Amino acid sequence: MLDALTVAVAVTALALAAWCGIAAYRDQPTKDWHFIGMAVVSVLALAQLLVGIVQLARGERPDQGMTIFIAYLIGAFASVPAAAFLSLSERTRWGSVTVSAGAVVLAVLEVRLYDIWGN
Amino acid sequence: MSDTDRTEAHTSTGPEHEASRPDAPREKQRFELGTGPGRVLVWFYGVFTVAAASRSIVEMILDFGKAPLAYILSAVAAVVYGFITYSLVRGGETARRAALVCCAAELAGVLIVGTWARLEPSAFPDSTVWSGFGMGYLFIPVILPVTGMIWLRHARND
Repeated sequence: MLDALTVAVAVTALALAAWCGIAAYRDQPTKDWHFIGMAVVSVLALAQLLVGIVQLARGERPDQGMTIFIAYLIGAFASVPAAAFLSLSERTRWGSVTVSAGAVVLAVLEVRLYDIWGN
Repeated sequence: MSDTDRTEAHTSTGPEHEASRPDAPREKQRFELGTGPGRVLVWFYGVFTVAAASRSIVEMILDFGKAPLAYILSAVAAVVYGFITYSLVRGGETARRAALVCCAAELAGVLIVGTWARLEPSAFPDSTVWSGFGMGYLFIPVILPVTGMIWLRHARND
């Protein structure tokens, strides 16, 4: 369940990064549709955070330690909303670059999360 | 203060000086550093502040004795990143200069710690944010200060 979500978040995050990258390439700011995309990725990341907590509560333990796992879960959940917030007040192509960078950071965090959980 | 401005305006022939009136009072208005391309830098520096700070805090709490030097260096990196983020958001000439100095310190830190850890691995039983020239972070710790300094030099001319 957690692994499936990790893959899903990573893939949608990369798609979002590419989408906003195209917007930046076309010299466009982020638009409503982009924000809907960010919301979808954020909801998936939130689901991952909740599932991760449930797994911990069930007594399952990540390979590389619980503190690091929780820190990465929170970081993964916060990254896209934080980038979205920055792009709200930057109505140029650079707002799109910021969201794109935020999504790439999320994808990297997912790879690390996969390692930290192990199995 | 206005005298120096006057002489500066007369001696320089740069286009940016011609645009401003020579007798105008010294510009109190802060220019923005965290907009446009700077917004992307704010994002990355923000991420690295959080990453370095949480990393060093977690490592210090879990086992400070394992590699105190490495953990303290990570904490120093976090402070430098945090200050640059703050300066970018604040804007203005003072913040620009301060951020420029910090970017240079950051670059020096990455290069020194990277080289040091390579020459004397025993000094670093555990890695820092800056070990291996930031390899664990996709070399962004090396790229970021260079990009930052280019942006900060460019920002003044706008």
